[in-house]
Amino acid sequence: MFDLHEHGLKGLRLMAKIREFEQRLPALSQEGLIRGSTHPSVGMEAVAVGVSMNLEARDAIASNHRGHAHTLAKGADFGRTMAEILGRRDGYCGGKGGSMHIGVAELGVLGTNGIVGAGIGIATGAALAAQVSGDGSVAVAYFGDGGANQGVLAEALNLAAIWSLPVLFVLENNHYAQSAAIEQMVAQPDFTRRGEAYGVPAIAVDGMDLPAVYDAAETAVARARAGEGPSMIVADTYRYLGHMAGDTEIYRSKDEVREWHTRDPLTRLRTRLEESGILAAGEWERTQEQITAEIDEAERYARASALPDPASAHTDVYATQGWAGR
Amino acid sequence: MTEKTPKNLTTWRALNSALHDILADIPEAFVLGEDITTWGTGGGIYGVTRKLVDVYGPGRVRDTPISEEVLLAAVGAAAARGTRPILEIMYSDFSLLGFDGIINQAAKARYMFGGQFDVPLVIRTNGGSGIGKAAQHSQSLETIFAHVPGLEVAVPATPGDAYGLLVQAVRTDNPTIFLEHKNLYYDKGEVDFQPVAFGQARIARPGTDVTVVATQQVLHAALAAADQLAEEGIEAEIIDPRTLYPFDMETVIGSIRKTRHLIVGHEAVRDYGWGAEFVAQVAEEAWDLLDAAPRRIGGARTPIPYSEPLERTVTPGRDEMIAAVRAVRGATMAEAGTPA
Ligand SMILES: Cc1ncc(C[n+]2csc(CCOP(=O)(O)OP(=O)(O)O)c2C)c(N)n1
Ligand SMILES: [Mg+2]
Repeated sequence: MFDLHEHGLKGLRLMAKIREFEQRLPALSQEGLIRGSTHPSVGMEAVAVGVSMNLEARDAIASNHRGHAHTLAKGADFGRTMAEILGRRDGYCGGKGGSMHIGVAELGVLGTNGIVGAGIGIATGAALAAQVSGDGSVAVAYFGDGGANQGVLAEALNLAAIWSLPVLFVLENNHYAQSAAIEQMVAQPDFTRRGEAYGVPAIAVDGMDLPAVYDAAETAVARARAGEGPSMIVADTYRYLGHMAGDTEIYRSKDEVREWHTRDPLTRLRTRLEESGILAAGEWERTQEQITAEIDEAERYARASALPDPASAHTDVYATQGWAGR
Repeated sequence: MTEKTPKNLTTWRALNSALHDILADIPEAFVLGEDITTWGTGGGIYGVTRKLVDVYGPGRVRDTPISEEVLLAAVGAAAARGTRPILEIMYSDFSLLGFDGIINQAAKARYMFGGQFDVPLVIRTNGGSGIGKAAQHSQSLETIFAHVPGLEVAVPATPGDAYGLLVQAVRTDNPTIFLEHKNLYYDKGEVDFQPVAFGQARIARPGTDVTVVATQQVLHAALAAADQLAEEGIEAEIIDPRTLYPFDMETVIGSIRKTRHLIVGHEAVRDYGWGAEFVAQVAEEAWDLLDAAPRRIGGARTPIPYSEPLERTVTPGRDEMIAAVRAVRGATMAEAGTPA
């Protein structure tokens, strides 16, 4: 159970730090420092943080194109993550990956992903490895309402169910897939029915509420760890910014965006912490200043990191050594 | 089709005009894809489907869920059942999710069933690198498609050809992979609004000393290289095949007869790329016409990296083209005793 005293401040701090990080990305894009596409998840922080607070370093996550929060919540270094987004040498992948391909092997981050829906199969595979090796880890697939329309979800739910794989299918329903409104893309808006149809217990949670996500994830992780199989969490959430830099957002109204801001996961948790006296008046402002300074430092680190050596473009294509035998 | 006066348009505009004309002229044609009506200014990630829905309505211009597998399977059957679907796959990389529909089904339906079915399907998509879209949004997969019996493959490099090949693709009764290049959408050029037949190469620059066959970005790199080479006294004849299957071998052989030297360039990975197949065909059919071994330039054997200096390293450009031409011509000049 989410305990306001034990988890409240930690969760709020992590969400705020991720938000501060992601809010800088549009400006960095404008400055020409970010190429290709970057997809910020500002507004959706409670999902990644609520899930990850229940994970250990040995657990795996498979993310999607909107994956900075997932990665950072899993424990990735903010500076190295930003360096990767900027295509720098000190990025986790040496600049080969960029925003849509950030992998961190030692943290079980099996990559943000450019292929919508791919993380569903990847997390299923990580759970399969956990079961085969008996290493006790669990795996999480993060995907969106759009990703849920890839056929791989049906196959993965069934496979995970028949084999009782230790995997969480975390669906972030932010109501849009790029410009496509969810109402037009599914006839059955209750995504939990999909999990249930395959024998995967599924729960709908308020994805703008950290404690709610935390509790759902806690149950699902415990179930997976106990060998009882997969679960599905459907988090109702919203992205405040455009799908990516340059999004004209003609598919939604400003009023709608404003309305969702009133459910902001950071504000809500902060209010609760203040009302319960865990956060003293003025304390959060100081914390926020610290966070700003930490992200300043991450940004400074990323900007200062050199571009990669062009020759490195040719490395890492193949393994150079095979299994040596036993 | 109504006669239109030629115009200077960007590639995306030319394609958009082609789609408007196709939907107006061919009642069986319809367009579908992800984000094709509500993105940007109302039409797809690069604008190609702009305003189509306003004119032709949501029955013939359909936004789809992110479900490439069923889409690529469904359009083949929809084509076999008498419609002419034009499916936009946002990036060619995503077509890999539906290879069964393309390769096992649509490409083979006519043959397996003894010629009973036409499959007049067009899959529009974009390939190529150059704008930092990284490994899963930048591949050049044309060789893979060109390898499959039953598929036709178009690779337009100019706005005019983009228009002409697209209207032609919808009229042909074969499944066509129509590969646009994401870094050429904003290039401008003359569009004459005429269909362009498949299997007819275009001589993009006439020359006498070396034949360069290249597509899309590499074609443009070759054209840029040609100016420099001309200053060095080498006149390159640059040929755009425009379609990889069917392929216009005749035009190329005619050119080699004159230049006696050959280079092929593409952005697809060089190893096992279509350039290798093409050079092999030339070797078989026209060995005696060549004064020097032909050369290929192409993508490095790596996925496309994100960071700019890396991406630049793995994709061939003007400098690689100049070096290749010098090498091929230099070999001959050295043999003839002329200082290279
Ligand atoms: C296979 C595939 N199809 C299409 C895309 C293009 N695309 C990238 S993100 C996106 C929308 C995804 O929506 P959703 O899964 O709901 O995630 P969200 O962006 O809302 O977080 C689309 C269509 C892609 N990257 N991969
Ligand atoms: Mg979504």
